[in-house]
Amino acid sequence: MKTIQKVRDGKLSVEMHTFGSGGEPLLYLHGAGGLLGVDPFLDELGKDFRVIAPHLPGFGESTGGEQIDDVIDAALFYHELLDELGIDSAHIVGHSMGGMLAAEVAALDVSRAKKLVLVGAAGFWLDENPIPDFFALDLSELGSYLFADPRSPLARMFLAIPEDMNQLADMYVERVKRLSMASKFLWPIPDRGLKKRAYRIAAPTLVLWGASDRLIPPVYAGEFTRHIKHARVQTIEGAGHMLPYEQHDAFCKAVRGFLKG
Amino acid sequence: MKFTWFHLMPYRYLPDDFKDKYRSVWVDIPRDLYDPKVGHRLYNDYLDQLEFADQMGFDGLGVNEHHQNAYGLMPSPNIMGAAMARRTRNANLVILGNSIALYNPPVRVAEEFAMLDVISGGRLVAGFPVGTSMDTNFCYGEVPATLREKYFEAHDLIIKAWTEPDVFAFNGKYTKLRYVNLWPKPIQQPHPPIWIPGGGSVETWDFCADHAYQYSFLSYFGYIAGKKVADGYWNVMAKKGKELNPYSLGFAQVVAVANTDEEAERLYSPHMDYFYNRCLHVYNGFADAPGYRTVSTIRAGVLAQVGKEAALRREGMTWKDFVDQGYIIAGSPKTVRERLTHAMKSLNCGHLMILQQIGSMPPELVRLNTELFAREVMPQMRGLWNGFEDKWSPKPMPEPERAMPAPLNFRRVETNGKTATAAVAPAHESRSAK
Repeated sequence: MKTIQKVRDGKLSVEMHTFGSGGEPLLYLHGAGGLLGVDPFLDELGKDFRVIAPHLPGFGESTGGEQIDDVIDAALFYHELLDELGIDSAHIVGHSMGGMLAAEVAALDVSRAKKLVLVGAAGFWLDENPIPDFFALDLSELGSYLFADPRSPLARMFLAIPEDMNQLADMYVERVKRLSMASKFLWPIPDRGLKKRAYRIAAPTLVLWGASDRLIPPVYAGEFTRHIKHARVQTIEGAGHMLPYEQHDAFCKAVRGFLKG
Repeated sequence: MKFTWFHLMPYRYLPDDFKDKYRSVWVDIPRDLYDPKVGHRLYNDYLDQLEFADQMGFDGLGVNEHHQNAYGLMPSPNIMGAAMARRTRNANLVILGNSIALYNPPVRVAEEFAMLDVISGGRLVAGFPVGTSMDTNFCYGEVPATLREKYFEAHDLIIKAWTEPDVFAFNGKYTKLRYVNLWPKPIQQPHPPIWIPGGGSVETWDFCADHAYQYSFLSYFGYIAGKKVADGYWNVMAKKGKELNPYSLGFAQVVAVANTDEEAERLYSPHMDYFYNRCLHVYNGFADAPGYRTVSTIRAGVLAQVGKEAALRREGMTWKDFVDQGYIIAGSPKTVRERLTHAMKSLNCGHLMILQQIGSMPPELVRLNTELFAREVMPQMRGLWNGFEDKWSPKPMPEPERAMPAPLNFRRVETNGKTATAAVAPAHESRSAK
């Protein structure tokens, strides 16, 4: 269900998508591409959790992007949203850029995250394993970095370019809006100090990775276990960077198993 | 009408298969394609050409800033400005310019421009471009989303540094300084004229109109494609009730003059091909980082100059196409006079940034092109905007008050069949030293 939630005394509007109603709260933080509108794994997790998936300011219909300059501003925004919803503690699942921000949320206030799931998360940089410059990739090139199988129907649907010129223009503008927000955390290198703060994370943490992730290679999982006290890694075969979409069942099973366990 | 002789300083020796073998002339071009000994010759040739343009009576000498770019070998145009300040006499030094968001702190620009203005006796035009996405985002790592905000803050700091009589503190978002105190300060008071080179961002038009800065559209596509941008600028000026003074618009145009139209094609055609197909071969992913252009500029439909779309528009273009579509104005002096006059009138442009060295063009052709233009085109176009006041050109010290570089006592000598340079002290000086 889509709702508009006001925060900061009504100054910010947040586009929220909620799934399910019972169960423990689960905050889902999207990646640089934002929520896609068709995110079946969130429906699935909604069967066991009260899933809250907000759009970060500057994404979708959420306003106030100009008030967020860096990862700390973004992490405080998520805290503020949970305050507004009256949620003291929640499971936090973050994908890619959202994983980076989820780790920051959990480091800033260690009581907030009950359990943490980081999926193909950004936030570190290894000189010997540089992350491709995805801001400079064409949509046509992007596929091979995002998906284990860039020719799969799913990948093709993601990378489809509308034929209608107005739709194309709207898509382009929306893409620019989202990636330009993401650039505040990821450009030109996504190391924004998480390595200094990650030691504070107290929540049990599952680091999930697609075995064929060519955008942020699986070697980065090791950085999270190195810096976070209670972290373990699980790798899922047949998935690239878009793991939650590509291996929907295995992903939901792993997340459910960890959060319920 | 005013004429600034503009140099991009390209590398002239990119291989013939460059376009097929490499993805971009900019940002990640392989370093082994650059030979510094060739570079030595090129920089010196190019400075010779700028100095020649000064002697030929051009009003300004133009240089600009690019990074990691084989068609623009000036990471620091100020260094070229310093060289020109000593070896030119009359022409203005049009530095278009320094990408002010890239300097930390931006007072560095205020300082260096003040130095150039003082050395040259007040001949400086200070250009403040935002800079291309390739230069600012990809080469210098600026976050696209905040580049413009940083640019505007740098601008405010530089203007304050030039105009504030006392030491002041500056508490910006991007720059914090306890003591801003500009030594030296510029000759031109309150500051050198400011020109804003742009690629067609709608915000830049408002910025120029609000500050009464000159707007320079540095296009490589020529006056026909450039008209859309010029019209956009004039519309903003008209809406804001500003004077539609042609001197408040600068426009870059490739110009190639020969004795006849046929000779122009024969002499210059290969170099145009080199420029448009090798020099402008930029990887599409670098053309426009997300957030570099604002949503309103994207919606305004201003086309990018580099990248896939731009390359597609140029695909398969012949000399005739380049001429017909106005990318270049080329031909006999008469042809060039007519077309350029028409172009400047259609754009309502009073400051031409003329590009006469283009691509792989060798020194002798540059000289021919420049000389023919200066003798047979420029004088006839001078009076085009009589009745308008040019409020955007520098106001230097009177010529007789300006310092002259002392003559040099070097000469070429031959030793063992090799040429070398030796200092020769005049006889009376060697005696007095003893």
